Amino acid sequence: MGSIPRLLVLHVPDWAVRAQAREHRAEGAPMALIAAGVVVACSSSARAQGVRLGMRQREAQGRCPGLRVEREQPAIAARSFEPVLAALEQALPGWHPLSPGTAAIRARGPARYYGGETAAARTVTGIVAAAGAEGARVGIADGLFAAELAARAPAAGPAPGGRADAARIVPAGGTPAFLAPLPVSALGDPELASLLPRLGIRTLGAFTALSETDVAARFGPLGARLHALARGSDARPATPRIPPRDIDAVVDFEPGLTRVDEVAFGVRAACDDFVRALLGERLVCTALRVEFTAEGGEHDERVWLHPRSFTAAEVVDRVRWQLQAVETLRSPVVRVRVSPEAVDPVSTHEAGLWGTGPDERVHSVLSRVQGMVGHRGVLTPQLAGGRRPADRQTLVPWGDRAVVARQRAHPWPGALPDPPPTTVYEMPRPLRVEDARGRPVTIDDRGRVSAAPAVIVSQGGTRRDLTAWAGPWPLEERWWDPATARAAHRVQAVDASGCAWLLVLDGEGWWAEGRYD
Amino acid sequence: MFEMARADEIRALQERIHGMQRTRLADRTLPTSAALAELLPGGALAAGASYVVDGSTALALELLREPSRAGSWCAVVGMPDLGIEAAAAAGLDLERLVLVPHPGEQWFAVVSALVDAVAVVLVQPPAPARVGESPAARLAARLRRREAVLVAMREWPRAEARLAIAESDWAGAGAGFGHLRARQVTVASRSPAWQGRTRSRRLWLPDASGAVSPVVARVLDEREPDGRARPRMATVG
Repeated sequence: MGSIPRLLVLHVPDWAVRAQAREHRAEGAPMALIAAGVVVACSSSARAQGVRLGMRQREAQGRCPGLRVEREQPAIAARSFEPVLAALEQALPGWHPLSPGTAAIRARGPARYYGGETAAARTVTGIVAAAGAEGARVGIADGLFAAELAARAPAAGPAPGGRADAARIVPAGGTPAFLAPLPVSALGDPELASLLPRLGIRTLGAFTALSETDVAARFGPLGARLHALARGSDARPATPRIPPRDIDAVVDFEPGLTRVDEVAFGVRAACDDFVRALLGERLVCTALRVEFTAEGGEHDERVWLHPRSFTAAEVVDRVRWQLQAVETLRSPVVRVRVSPEAVDPVSTHEAGLWGTGPDERVHSVLSRVQGMVGHRGVLTPQLAGGRRPADRQTLVPWGDRAVVARQRAHPWPGALPDPPPTTVYEMPRPLRVEDARGRPVTIDDRGRVSAAPAVIVSQGGTRRDLTAWAGPWPLEERWWDPATARAAHRVQAVDASGCAWLLVLDGEGWWAEGRYD
Repeated sequence: MFEMARADEIRALQERIHGMQRTRLADRTLPTSAALAELLPGGALAAGASYVVDGSTALALELLREPSRAGSWCAVVGMPDLGIEAAAAAGLDLERLVLVPHPGEQWFAVVSALVDAVAVVLVQPPAPARVGESPAARLAARLRRREAVLVAMREWPRAEARLAIAESDWAGAGAGFGHLRARQVTVASRSPAWQGRTRSRRLWLPDASGAVSPVVARVLDEREPDGRARPRMATVG
């Protein structure tokens, strides 16, 4: 048992919610984070109104009508915890981040330095409060498992000083006694948490009363490990992390700049240093985060991806493109920050001795064209799923990774049979469809055509006589969602010149969606 | 008026001379669709040449198919309405297809830049633009150096061949029944190399299986090509 380290765990409650609330500038409001339809984190004000973890989104909104619901984004929590960790590391080296909002350190050093474990805990909470994470709790115990539980445990009650004491210190050797009354759900294993109470075992103390060999025989190695944790023997050390070198390029402008080329010129040297600093670490950047801060406090950021790795000139290009596209900035730019979002070892991106072939040339040429027509001007096509021709294709800017929302492999009943139209209008063209007597053709609710279409008249007045037509095929999509519901009838028609058209009739009239030319 | 007519005549004569002269010592060719080979001078896409396809996206995609299948990159400039699914169905490799749908005023610079990297550039020049002789000649030099091919969807100076659909018949759709299945087209090709004569071929574009193939005259003795007697009646449906 002597090998069990004594650890100090710092835990900031609801860190993920607080980080995302800060991101959306909605601090203090009741807020819940949703993943897969259930609440995975909620703010204290939401909790006060009855929102609980694991609750379905709709139920949570029912309990707390003013609830702000956001999708869980672990990256935001991790990113915003970074400054807090940096502040901690400045005071005490050797922190081991467990999750965003939670970090551990060996307790012996800080306790000696600050003159006692209580003093160390106070100091640590003070440091993180100054770094923007108020209300942190500290747990000190033998073993990581117990220390983390101690940090997460609700405060025992108001301390003599009048405010709740933020530290829970389990005396040395007292870990089994601290763990014994805790419920078995504290083990964090959903299967055991539901099975053990049904066997009459409700606390960790009752679980440890079982013999180790019986537990191993019944629950296997995982059960044996959890049994050891419950006994208070957790030999995991706190592995100090090596703090990454700060290689962000930050450029401050005084006074703020309004012109794109001025900003691009201003960041050029910093971008050179940025790429060089990365190279010094034997890294190249494959994803880049560019952030702008304006004089009025507006903030804009986005992540740029690269099929290979960014050179300094390409970093400057991304800064320029983002600034050209940005709409949220209303005042001059005072700060630009460029930080690596993803890095790779340089060896995986080394060019071959004789170049890496024609693809390298393609990439450099396409990047040059992007420099002329903008990032969104050069696109790579992909097939997607859908019922309309326009839904069945997606265009992704060169260098970005595609996100296919509609899987092509899914069945799409109601999609048109092959051949696909060779022209799919980016903007469907409005037109008129008339029968032989010049009356507009309509289709009733039962899908009956008022008369055979005979002429299509384009917006410019060009008349094309039709020689054949087929359809109509009704299409009713997403009728359960009023925002995206679409109901239309589709008709294929061949005009006298032998060109075929895909015509669509919806609530607003006839459109040409595609042409078979 | 008279001057205009004379200028046109001079241009026509120049084009005839250009067609009779061989501009290159050894003609390098790109892989070419078998259905269109007979419609191109030399029987293949000549590296460094430019071609005009008038009004048919399907025909242009068919010209791009074989180079793309052979592993070359293709680029499409100024065609925001290109049907990607049709391009994939035509046999183009989407992994090596790049689109610049809205090049705007810089379309010529974009095409010139792309020639450095891709084997075939399909371009639709914006409507009012008329491509001058000298920029076209500069681009042609670049095309020859890179052994690339330009396919223009509108008039282009010194084109090696001009392909257009003279006749088009869709099969499958009737008066309110069926759906479009296949079409037969007559593709007409004019080239200065043929001294102004026009060649035309009847093609399936596409046939019922989505492929492009020459139309074969119906066998009169009603036998399948493998010699078996064709059944008089076939199951319908």
